[in-house]
Amino acid sequence: MPMRIARLSLLACCVTLPAMAQRVPLAAGPGKDTVEGGCATCHSLSYIPMNSHFMSPETWKAEVTKMRAAFGAPIDDDAANEIIAYLVANYGAPPK
Amino acid sequence: MIQLSDRPPNLESPIQTFRASITSNDQFFVRYHLAGVPDMKALDGWKLQVDGDAAERSVTYTQQDLNDLPQTEVVAVCQCSGNRRGLCEPHVPGVEWGYGAMGCASWHGPRLRDVLTRAGIKGEAVEIWFNGADHPVLDATPRFHKSLPLSKALADETIVATSMNGSPLPLWNGFPVRLVVPGWTSTYWMKHLTNITVSSKPIDNFWMKKAYRVPAGMFPVSKPFPTQDDAATWPITEITVNSLIAAPISGEEVERSGFTVRGVAWDRGHGILRVEISLDSGNTWQDALLDRDLSPYAFRAFRLDTGPLPRGPAELRVRATSNSREVQPDVWKANPAGYHNNVPQRLTVKVV
Repeated sequence: MPMRIARLSLLACCVTLPAMAQRVPLAAGPGKDTVEGGCATCHSLSYIPMNSHFMSPETWKAEVTKMRAAFGAPIDDDAANEIIAYLVANYGAPPK
Repeated sequence: MIQLSDRPPNLESPIQTFRASITSNDQFFVRYHLAGVPDMKALDGWKLQVDGDAAERSVTYTQQDLNDLPQTEVVAVCQCSGNRRGLCEPHVPGVEWGYGAMGCASWHGPRLRDVLTRAGIKGEAVEIWFNGADHPVLDATPRFHKSLPLSKALADETIVATSMNGSPLPLWNGFPVRLVVPGWTSTYWMKHLTNITVSSKPIDNFWMKKAYRVPAGMFPVSKPFPTQDDAATWPITEITVNSLIAAPISGEEVERSGFTVRGVAWDRGHGILRVEISLDSGNTWQDALLDRDLSPYAFRAFRLDTGPLPRGPAELRVRATSNSREVQPDVWKANPAGYHNNVPQRLTVKVV
């Protein structure tokens, strides 16, 4: 019985996911490597484009701060500033 | 399914899923916070441990032990607190869910109350704490632990589900055992349940004290959670009344001789009194016909045969009223985390 369940679950994964690891190509730019190294430790990079159209510099900063303060992301101040600058430049709301 | 992220997996059901009042297991939304999702191998030999400073004794359950307790079944909606966050105005950062971070299933298993009784609940118990087998990538990240007040933990409807729609729970919906908390948002529906702690103290962690909070008193509740309230905020608990048209879908061409509007409505456990539909951008409303009531916690299916309509675009709207006379608000009650978006859905179809 457990074997059958395992196969069904695996099948469900294949049906629902185009691939086991989602590729999220990020925009080229300064800080991209830091973003990929820092953020992708814990979650896929799809969270970045998912939110991009609305994010002001303040909201991107708040998100990065939350990842460090609440979730313990091992990102120092310099890396955090680099990440925020990259996100604002490449995935921020268009200027009003 | 619509994939919003793969690590952790976050999958949304397409809107057509909600043409039926029961959501099939392979169409059921998936939501994880943390990427340490167990596989079947990790869950081999699974056991559920019940203990705590306010428990009389420690008890370990296997799946068979749970099956040997008196069994019950509840048909209930499991809905993410952030369902429809992506539709919020103003925008709220987070997982940008559309309409499909929800589902309704028939859940089967023993009552949580009966699982707790074997361990014994001391008089000083104030909360029941829950932990599952999923875990963070980093040790520094808070583990996803949640709690319930005794009033909800001991309620008739709260169960430890060992099956879903008559089958074992799918892996990503909590195999082998998931807590089912009808009427409350799915943040409490702990997946891969491994530990239950009977505690004399309120739980103090990120997922209860900082996340999943709403402004105090903003949304109606029947079973309060006083040990987690503070002056400004309360934990999010009970689902707000809501409804969804699943047929036709936005942009669809429909016939001028008339078509059938179908969908579901649901609330926090009072049940649905009325579903109204507008075919003219909210100027006039008519009552939909309601299918039978599967449970006060379930999706209530509705339908309306429109009759002839003029050619051109038509904006459809839907709003539900619960048996406790709660009605979907015209404007979203904005809150910082983007929860409880139950503004009446609008969609435009093309009458041809």
